[in-house]
Amino acid sequence: MADQQQEVLDRVIIKFAGDSGDGMQLTGTQFTNTAALLGNDLSTFPDFPAEIRAPQGTIPGVSGYQLHFGSVNIFTPGDACDVLVAMNAAALKANLRHLRKGGTIIANTDGFDPKNLRLANYPDGINPLQDGSLEGFRLITIDVTKMTRAALTESGLGIKEIDRAKNMFVLGFLYWMYNREMVHTENFLKEKFTKKPDVLDANLKVLRAGYNFGDTSETFTTRYTVHPAPMPPGTYRNIMGNQATALGLIAASQKCGLELFLGSYPITPASDILHDLSKYKNFGVHTYQAEDEIAAICAVIGAAFGGKLAVTTSSGPGIALKGEAMGLGIMLELPMVIINVQRGGPSTGLPTKTEQSDLFQAMYGRNGEAPMPVIAAKSPADCFETVFEACRIAIESMTPVMFLSDGYIANGSEPWRFPQAADLQPFKGNFVSAKDGEKFLPYKRDERLSRPWAIPGTKDLEHRIGGLEKQHETGNISYDPENHEFMVRMREAKVAKIADHIPLQTIDNGNEKGKLLVIGWGSTYGAIKAAVKDARAKGYDVSHAQLRHLNPFPKNLGEILYNFDQVLIPEMNTGQLRSIIRDKFMVPAIGLNKIKGMPFSTTEVLEKIEELCK
Amino acid sequence: MSAVTNAPESPKFTSKELVTDQEVRWCPGCGDYSILKQVQTVVPELGIPRENIVFVSGIGCSSRFPYYMETYGMHSIHGRAAAIASGLKSVRPELSVWMVSGDGDSLSIGGNHFIHLLRRNFDINLLLFNNEIYGLTKGQYSPTSEEGKITKSTPMGSVDHPFNPIALALGADGTFVARSMDRDPVHLKEMLRRAHGHKGTSFLEIYQNCNVFNDGAFEIFTEKASKKEEAIFVENGKPLVFGQNGEKGIKLDGFKPVIVDIGTDQNSINDLWVHDERDRVKAGILSRFFDRHEEGKPHYPRPFGVFYVEDRTRYEDRFNEQVEQAIAKKAPDLDALLRGRETWVIG
Repeated sequence: MADQQQEVLDRVIIKFAGDSGDGMQLTGTQFTNTAALLGNDLSTFPDFPAEIRAPQGTIPGVSGYQLHFGSVNIFTPGDACDVLVAMNAAALKANLRHLRKGGTIIANTDGFDPKNLRLANYPDGINPLQDGSLEGFRLITIDVTKMTRAALTESGLGIKEIDRAKNMFVLGFLYWMYNREMVHTENFLKEKFTKKPDVLDANLKVLRAGYNFGDTSETFTTRYTVHPAPMPPGTYRNIMGNQATALGLIAASQKCGLELFLGSYPITPASDILHDLSKYKNFGVHTYQAEDEIAAICAVIGAAFGGKLAVTTSSGPGIALKGEAMGLGIMLELPMVIINVQRGGPSTGLPTKTEQSDLFQAMYGRNGEAPMPVIAAKSPADCFETVFEACRIAIESMTPVMFLSDGYIANGSEPWRFPQAADLQPFKGNFVSAKDGEKFLPYKRDERLSRPWAIPGTKDLEHRIGGLEKQHETGNISYDPENHEFMVRMREAKVAKIADHIPLQTIDNGNEKGKLLVIGWGSTYGAIKAAVKDARAKGYDVSHAQLRHLNPFPKNLGEILYNFDQVLIPEMNTGQLRSIIRDKFMVPAIGLNKIKGMPFSTTEVLEKIEELCK
Repeated sequence: MSAVTNAPESPKFTSKELVTDQEVRWCPGCGDYSILKQVQTVVPELGIPRENIVFVSGIGCSSRFPYYMETYGMHSIHGRAAAIASGLKSVRPELSVWMVSGDGDSLSIGGNHFIHLLRRNFDINLLLFNNEIYGLTKGQYSPTSEEGKITKSTPMGSVDHPFNPIALALGADGTFVARSMDRDPVHLKEMLRRAHGHKGTSFLEIYQNCNVFNDGAFEIFTEKASKKEEAIFVENGKPLVFGQNGEKGIKLDGFKPVIVDIGTDQNSINDLWVHDERDRVKAGILSRFFDRHEEGKPHYPRPFGVFYVEDRTRYEDRFNEQVEQAIAKKAPDLDALLRGRETWVIG
């Protein structure tokens, strides 16, 4: 055994990349969970093709998973990678530009045979592993396929099944490289393959073979250690955004004592919420896969009328189809939550890529004056609290609420110091029963301007609601011009009044007053947080605020904005929040806009801060 | 939670108590008046507490219906009543849910929800008022208008081939498929009772005269002079007989229906096709009695009554059973759910 050196790192960014059939998502997830259990802070970002099985070996078929973990606080999946795992030539070609100078490439040489090189569009006779073009990097080449097959010669499995275990070799090797224990993954495999002992055996063998390869091969002399991160004390788990959304909905349902009804139609990247909730029927969760997007929200309207916590999940194109029904929800003044896990648009756009370009759609995407509360989660774990808040607002104010997430946080993951059920605040619907001698007025309002929730089955409260304009209090059809304007303003005032029941805006980092305020909403949180931290360390006078409530805004937002000389709004769109802020507060906010289907890097935000502070 | 009162004895309310304080705004002479009256007559007989009844509609003349029923109701958006009613029924199976719709609402803009409602077989009564025209938008052709129809949007005649709603409902695996008409209150009431009695989606097509934009569309089936020749009222277990004096019948020659004179040497009533409302194949043949007097082609009377009935599990039963089974298997534990499988402790 060679002299092995130990090096301590405070953070590492690894990108696992391979063909979509190479199991890179699983490999990345396993490494992530192991890192989490060791107490590292982390953030992940999967990046996979839209096609289920894009042509093998090609660049469109490359599936990636980026993990940033450290002994320091981690806010983003990271900019440039330290390590790139390339299972084939296409994976290298697609990801090399994301590798930092001097970074490590772990390449599976079998994936660089003439066929794979051709599929990745390398010129004839050129193999990047051999032509010296990777000189600026540390190149580790392993014939993973050969090693895997060698480890399993006596397994009795077919060659196809053997090759499927390749990713375990790489994972084992990385566990060696970063001094990780394998017990978590071993347990995972044992559970996954209980019914297939031969496959389990093969995977365990290859995993260990990868680890031992690192240990015994004389090529590698350095192993790395990343110590646990200083995180607030508590019990943690790892969580993805869509998972957190599903859990938040269940928690809200338990805390308001109403069964959850989910009406949904499958769409990327929102479907996992439907999948997750379908597993939890024991919490009284009713999941209804409707015939289309419109039917999904209409079923939700029916369930809301019936007195349930009703929710629909979708993404931009589906939300567009739901527009008319959302207007009906606003007119009926029934509670419901509409979840948009945003993706690149317009039209079908970039289904598997992230974007924040549906803010205008959320705010204005309905006919008529149709105000709807809008609320956005800032990170995977934050989806839990934010969607819980969306449910509370919907039920307490009898209104549809739009909850915005996006592909980045939906599929990304981070450690979550999860709450205790007892610490979650209960809330309740404004259910009514008949009062003797009083005529029931379905549109009579309380101090929140919210109307009563009289559900079918309640004696003597029979009433009719509908999409035609309502008469104040009685809810009868009314074409009276004065009444129409009154009701339009009433619905607007009702949404505005929600500001009385949400927290004031806080500054996430920095001073209450100063030269530059960076305001973000949604998934830009991590990149802004990291950039502002770095900028402040460099001595710049910059602060950061992240908006959860986008309609209505927190009451003190204007005051905060006026306390800074300049306001910068980074968004993964052409400047939608910036327009709204300019319109509402007459502040000459500056935009930093990226519409590439990719989240901001910390560097991009930092550079803009530096430019503005000069 | 459930605020439903399960009244053990028959609830006491009268037809009059089903009338709301809203002025009925259909055109004078509209067939909808008759349908409203028959529904208000039948519903109190059904033994359902009034607070457990919900009428859901979409958009169109027919869809104003809920405003005139002193029950729970929702007048929703165009074509979507089926989807809304499905959501409501799935979480509140104890409610009696009625859907009121028209040929445009259910067969054009809401066609998708219509077929999916039928295949899922929610216990919902779907009353489809078919007037073969768009009334509310003032007279464009509908998906049930005949080819060549001259309307505001088709001055040279419609080139659309119309739907056969009964055949469509059978094709979507509807479990109760029936037809009636606004001008035959006795038959309509009977069909409403049957529709309610069926445990599953009951599709009742009701020919309804739009006296403003499509007056007389169903005259040959409803007017005394022609009704007996042009309409045939089918009843389970009874032979298919029609004609001024019941002198005609329908015989099946293999799968081919043949019109015969009965009481002659060749044919007696015993030779006729006996209606079996549980026979899907024959219901399909019957649904094709849909021609409009074309030269050189056989002409059949239009059937009214229950075409087809089938017992099939209701969607809402299985939907809620799964939830109950899941709860029985594993009690909900929110803390365990939030904790997940793997956790670690810091500090």
